Amino acid sequence: MNSRLASEILALSLEHLELVAITIGIAAAVALPGAVLLARRARTRRWVVGFANIAQTIPSLALFGFLLPLPLIGGIGKRTAIVALCLYALLPILRNSLVGILGVDATVRESAVAMGMTQRQILWQVELPLAVPSIVAGLRIATVATIGTATIAAAIGGGGLGVFIFRGISMVDTPTVLAGAIPAAVMALLADEGLEWIERRLSPA
Amino acid sequence: MPSDPILEIRNVSYAIGGRPILRDISLTVHEGETVVLLGRSGSGKTTLLKAVNGLVHPNSGEIRFEGKPALEWDPIRLRRRMGYVIQDAGLFPHWTVAANIGLVPRLENWNPEKVASRVESLLRDVGLEPAEFEGRYPRQLSGGQKQRVGIARALAADPPLLLLDEPFAALDPITRFDLQRQFLEIRRSGETETGGATAAAKSALFVTHDVREALMLGSRVALLKDGAMDVLATPAEFLAARTPEALAFLASLEDHWRPHE
Ligand SMILES: Nc1ncnc2c1ncn2[C@@H]1O[C@H](COP(=O)(O)OP(=O)(O)OP(=O)(O)O)[C@@H](O)[C@H]1O
Ligand SMILES: [Mg+2]
Repeated sequence: MNSRLASEILALSLEHLELVAITIGIAAAVALPGAVLLARRARTRRWVVGFANIAQTIPSLALFGFLLPLPLIGGIGKRTAIVALCLYALLPILRNSLVGILGVDATVRESAVAMGMTQRQILWQVELPLAVPSIVAGLRIATVATIGTATIAAAIGGGGLGVFIFRGISMVDTPTVLAGAIPAAVMALLADEGLEWIERRLSPA
Repeated sequence: MPSDPILEIRNVSYAIGGRPILRDISLTVHEGETVVLLGRSGSGKTTLLKAVNGLVHPNSGEIRFEGKPALEWDPIRLRRRMGYVIQDAGLFPHWTVAANIGLVPRLENWNPEKVASRVESLLRDVGLEPAEFEGRYPRQLSGGQKQRVGIARALAADPPLLLLDEPFAALDPITRFDLQRQFLEIRRSGETETGGATAAAKSALFVTHDVREALMLGSRVALLKDGAMDVLATPAEFLAARTPEALAFLASLEDHWRPHE
């Protein structure tokens, strides 16, 4: 492997990582407060989760296509890619956070009420700490999925390891495809392992 | 009764899905008094405690605490003035023993040193060595130890009324007797030795299905049957009660056990 290829792999890997980090950052910043707000609102929750479920079923290439012509969030480039990736990352984070918060043992919640805790105290001191492993699981699932989906971002000029893959496809050159696919796969495995380790560490064992 | 009522339950009824759980219950707990709620499994004892604590709302009737209707209380203030020992402890799994016990004092903004020393003396009172137990999590405790932590948690902020739901059920007979005696001492003397964690004479609503415990600890015994008040009497009067349910409970006092010859 020549050094030009190696340095291009490194550069695109970093770009890929950046796409993923920004995506997960934004998705978490929206989904976590969203989960907190929706935890106490059963009706709204059903609507929002239902809508997010539908958004999830749109094939990613099609979603990039839909976004391209839109003003502000559309167009060729990273921004459009990140918007699309965020839409996919939102649901697993939102859903797992809700599962964590709503899954807190009813007797524990009742005991918190009986001790005279306010709803706010129950949320911050009891429900969220107990939901942390589930929240981290959501982040893990979203991160791993985003690492994969982000390879498609290259189709609309998002950059990242997908550049190799699309180049390899157009050149019908397997090694070039692999130059994108292998680092992406390794990245996904590492993220999965790392976040799973954090998840275990944070479990109220 | 000599002292003021701390808790008045007046004609309280409660039903879930049309099925009556509590039927026209009236009961007054005076200051310093322990009223024991006795009854079979499913007779409505826990539900009555929950109604007092505001966890369930009666369909009719009224509950007054410290002279004021429960509905006029801020529910948070009301609950913090009632130490509740939940059946099966209901401890917070993500908190240590010390954090569990110190909860209400923390919510009441005690300073941390005061909370810590309070927790320590409470642990001693319930027979758990602080150094050994403070840092444990509920999953690292036996059933009886959890129950004792639950008792300590209820006592922590020195509430005027205690609600105890079978607090001694999971204990071995020796520890149980020890805690029963301690409970009696608090009630009789008004307070324990100076510096002891369990201060002024508390009023208590104490749930049990053990008639022996009811007679030992109660200033009065309230026998519930199918959600209704069957007998409400002093322990001495209760021994002479002749309702079928009272007789059934009293029969369990007779000593049927004989060693093999
Ligand atoms: N949330 C609920 N929904 C339906 N029925 C309930 C509910 N809570 C309690 N009950 C019923 O109300 C009745 C009284 O229950 P409660 O828990 O007060 O009994 P208990 O006297 O405390 O019994 P135990 O000694 O077994 O703890 C039972 O028949 C129970 O099945
Ligand atoms: Mg009960």
